[in-house]
Amino acid sequence: MRTPQPPQTLTPPGVLPRLLEQVGTPGRAATLAEHVARHGHVPYRGGPGVLISTIEQAGLTGRGGAAFPTARKMKAVLDGGKRAVVVGNGAEGEPAAWKDRALLTTNPHLVLDGLQLAAEAVDANKAVLYVQDDSMVQSAVERALDERAAAKVDKIEVELVVAPTRFISGEESALANRVSGGPAKPRFTPPRVFERGVKNRPTLVQNVETLGHIALIGRYGAPWFKQAGPSDDPGTMLVSISGVVSPVVLEAQRGAAISAVFDRAGVDVSEVGAVLIGGYHGAWLGRDEAWTLHLDNKELKPKGAAVGAGVLVAFPKDRCGLHETARVVDYLAGESAQQCGPCMFGLPALADTLHHLASPQGAHRGTVDEIARLGTLVERRGACHHPDGSMRFVRSALRVFAPEVSMHASGRCSGTSNRQVLPIHEAPQRPADWK
Amino acid sequence: MTMADMRLRVNWLECKARGICAEVLPEMIELDDWGYPIVVDGPVPGDLIDEARLAVQSCPRLALLLMPDPR
Repeated sequence: MRTPQPPQTLTPPGVLPRLLEQVGTPGRAATLAEHVARHGHVPYRGGPGVLISTIEQAGLTGRGGAAFPTARKMKAVLDGGKRAVVVGNGAEGEPAAWKDRALLTTNPHLVLDGLQLAAEAVDANKAVLYVQDDSMVQSAVERALDERAAAKVDKIEVELVVAPTRFISGEESALANRVSGGPAKPRFTPPRVFERGVKNRPTLVQNVETLGHIALIGRYGAPWFKQAGPSDDPGTMLVSISGVVSPVVLEAQRGAAISAVFDRAGVDVSEVGAVLIGGYHGAWLGRDEAWTLHLDNKELKPKGAAVGAGVLVAFPKDRCGLHETARVVDYLAGESAQQCGPCMFGLPALADTLHHLASPQGAHRGTVDEIARLGTLVERRGACHHPDGSMRFVRSALRVFAPEVSMHASGRCSGTSNRQVLPIHEAPQRPADWK
Repeated sequence: MTMADMRLRVNWLECKARGICAEVLPEMIELDDWGYPIVVDGPVPGDLIDEARLAVQSCPRLALLLMPDPR
């Protein structure tokens, strides 16, 4: 194929959109030629470490949920003493998240550029793209990799590994196990994955959205990146919105008002009863408090919440938050890797107790106290954070849906519809061997 | 490093609720609803360090660890 031609001068994207700017034909992924015509070639730096200081200046944080400073993680891997492995994490095990899918099926070359740049920066000689079990994503990525192979734009070959449809398959140690050939189950740390991950080598795991930002920072620089978002947590982020509206993915500035993001998604505030932020390891917020808050971890932390991987659910007021929470905790219990006792036994006990709380007989203080007690038995008692995250979700439900508990005690319920709002992966989708 | 810098940690992947640790070190370990150890958080006091080592050695699963306190 002919070599794609870059433009004479590069025009940086504005504040929004960046990652989801349409550079190809709407409805399909941008080709390599379209991508190069918009953004030019991969801006390799010529050696390890160089790009890390630019990323540090940009203040980029991981977009997979933990918001850890990307440059710090890269430095740790570069200083790991052995040749590193870099993995783009697109597992997206969270059922209410579609943003990695949206990015990989719109602008896959941004992610693949970022993967090459990250590999160069940490001196990796192995690169892996770990993607969800989704035919649209896989075909977009395979096609993009074929184009890049033909045009010889990649310095190191990229291996594609499919993540099993499991809530925690993107957890770093689970990812390292899967990419090493085993099941996507978490393992004991230390050693941490950046010290010893895939095949016991220092492993840089970055969410695919983070890699997309790296591709843009590599071209347009740190000052450009910081034109969006607050100075202490700059840039944009992808947000998956659902609930009272059909699921949609938007790009927003970090620090944007939650109400403004919902507004763009067409959410009618009068239909909303509560808000879930950060997904099923995230937290419920009351509607009125959510409408005063921003996508800002400093502001959300006192509420026990975090931006996470950008999941926002505008939960309808004609649905019962207690019933929905109990149903999701059933699902989360089923997503235990069955490795750690407190998770294996504690999450089903929590789910049962939540169902009891949602019933007219169980809606009282004693059940709430029992949930809190079970919480102390699961929190910080596992190899991964699945129990902790699940309990964060449950605690926030107890806070936000306290009025609903009182209603249930008097035999009433907000749920006038049985529609299931919060998506879950059904059992047949979830491979029993975690591969 | 002094002894006070050591703390107990459970490798939850290995622990199978045998409960021996709670018999050897009841001052710091009790068992939960399902028989898994609930370990007192924080450094092991100097006068319990020998019992703590014994508890670690007694675990048939090698699931109890005495590790330097990261804090």
